[in-house]
Amino acid sequence: MKLARALAPRPSLRFMHIWRRNRLVWRKLAIPSMLGNLADPMLYMLGLGYGLGAMMPEVVGMSYIAFLAAGTVCSSTMMSASFESMYSSFSRMHVQRTWDAIMNAPVTLDDVVLGEAIWAASKAFLSGAAVLLVATMLGLVESALALWVLPVVFLTGLVFAGLGLIMTSLSPSYDFFMYYFTLAITPMMLASGVFFPLEQLPGWLQAVAQVLPLTHAVALVRPLMNGAVPESIAPHLLVLVGYAAIGCYVALVLARRRLLK
Amino acid sequence: MNNHLHVAGLRKSYDGVEVVAGLDLQLEPGVCFGLLGPNGAGKTTTLRLCLGLTEPDSGEIRMLGFPVPEQAREARARIGVVPQLDNLDPDFTVRENLLVYGSYFGIAPRDLEARIPELLEFAGLSARESSKIQTLSGGMKRRLTLARALVNDPQLIFLDEPSTALDPQARHLIWERLRRLTSEGRTILLTTHFMDEAERLCHRVAIMDHGRKIAEGAPRDLIAQHIEPQVVEVFGDGAENWAETYGRNASERCEKTGETIFCYTHDADALVHALDGQQALRYLHRPANLEDVFLKLTGRELRD
Repeated sequence: MKLARALAPRPSLRFMHIWRRNRLVWRKLAIPSMLGNLADPMLYMLGLGYGLGAMMPEVVGMSYIAFLAAGTVCSSTMMSASFESMYSSFSRMHVQRTWDAIMNAPVTLDDVVLGEAIWAASKAFLSGAAVLLVATMLGLVESALALWVLPVVFLTGLVFAGLGLIMTSLSPSYDFFMYYFTLAITPMMLASGVFFPLEQLPGWLQAVAQVLPLTHAVALVRPLMNGAVPESIAPHLLVLVGYAAIGCYVALVLARRRLLK
Repeated sequence: MNNHLHVAGLRKSYDGVEVVAGLDLQLEPGVCFGLLGPNGAGKTTTLRLCLGLTEPDSGEIRMLGFPVPEQAREARARIGVVPQLDNLDPDFTVRENLLVYGSYFGIAPRDLEARIPELLEFAGLSARESSKIQTLSGGMKRRLTLARALVNDPQLIFLDEPSTALDPQARHLIWERLRRLTSEGRTILLTTHFMDEAERLCHRVAIMDHGRKIAEGAPRDLIAQHIEPQVVEVFGDGAENWAETYGRNASERCEKTGETIFCYTHDADALVHALDGQQALRYLHRPANLEDVFLKLTGRELRD
């Protein structure tokens, strides 16, 4: 009985209170925050896309910058969700004790963790959507099929929000997040087909890449932006949904262990 | 069973150490109840248990009629909490803090807007409603935290060391506000290790140590029950010597804390007369207070 209560997630719609609180703070700094989120991926996309792209005629049937634009939508979503769910959530949980204050109201930790995850996914959605918009304006998007990228971006945001919140629940300090970026995020960025096709990797690394969530996000987003329906949609979605669900759940269990002792 | 807080046989251990070891508490409506105890006595854990923020190993908690932890959320909707550490939201102004905190209770923005002027007035922050939290003094932050705890018009208020780290002016202002709340008929549970705070504010106090309640009653009754009515505190060079040669015989009980000698007696005339002749010693003659009870019951050695 006690174990069941300790393990069962009990989220409620009250997670919206946390989401709204974070949006209210974000609104005060929305413009600089958006520009800051957009500047970094844009610089890489335009710099590498036009610079390197000039030396390459085509990559898997599209211009290199179009190829890279799809990867950038996914990687900037990943980055945005990771930063929000680690540095910002950790500030709210550990430094400002905002979570403690909220949990004295009729809101539970489950609501807080869910609210933080969905908030980070929402912010990541904005980042991914902004890159998609710029890519569209640059003529790098083939058809309206690209609108299907938006739900994939949100789901990808939720995946990395869940993973980020796991790190937050384990972290003693901000420094801890550097390990995650160096050991997980950066290798993932290089091995998931963001900058070059997976086929360029040695066989064993291609196999590893299949386990990485970012690979599956890219596999869905790139054809959609290039005007094609992705092959094998269901398995890719299943991996992303699995990561999001398990990630958020593990984050919740770890957060309970940390905060509800 | 109409008590606002009912705690029976409450137990909680961490790593084999029993932090709350069979605690019983009853808070009837409108009482201001003080939970006293040295550091590590289990006060904060008791509050966390009552709020449903951690599961008890055994025992029963009912808060405003709701069983905790099962219906802690429903209970928390009707109570207010002033935590030990300020956790006001630094991303918001004074006014926004009240608005956002109220939203966690699901209170409609329009109802909140109507309630905020009254809360700001209570906190004495009407002129600072647009100020950033970082610009407030410690006393202002505490008052705002107290006002924030009232946003849902609670029947029961928990305060964890409400006046720690405040200057005397700020402390007196907080006390005045707390008395206002009890006079409105709200129930208060406060933890403190300031005995004068407990003596002034509380109708009833319980002294806790090692997770157990070791005394309970009205402050005046506890003093009468445990302590001789008069106290002479003696300090200065040679105080210890004086205690050994004279003080111990001239008083009913003689204790030492730090470098101060406490002489307890029913009649202090002889002690005071003798001390007037001692140039090197200084003394303070006063009625017994709750701190004397506390020291007697929880011991005089340092707690960390």
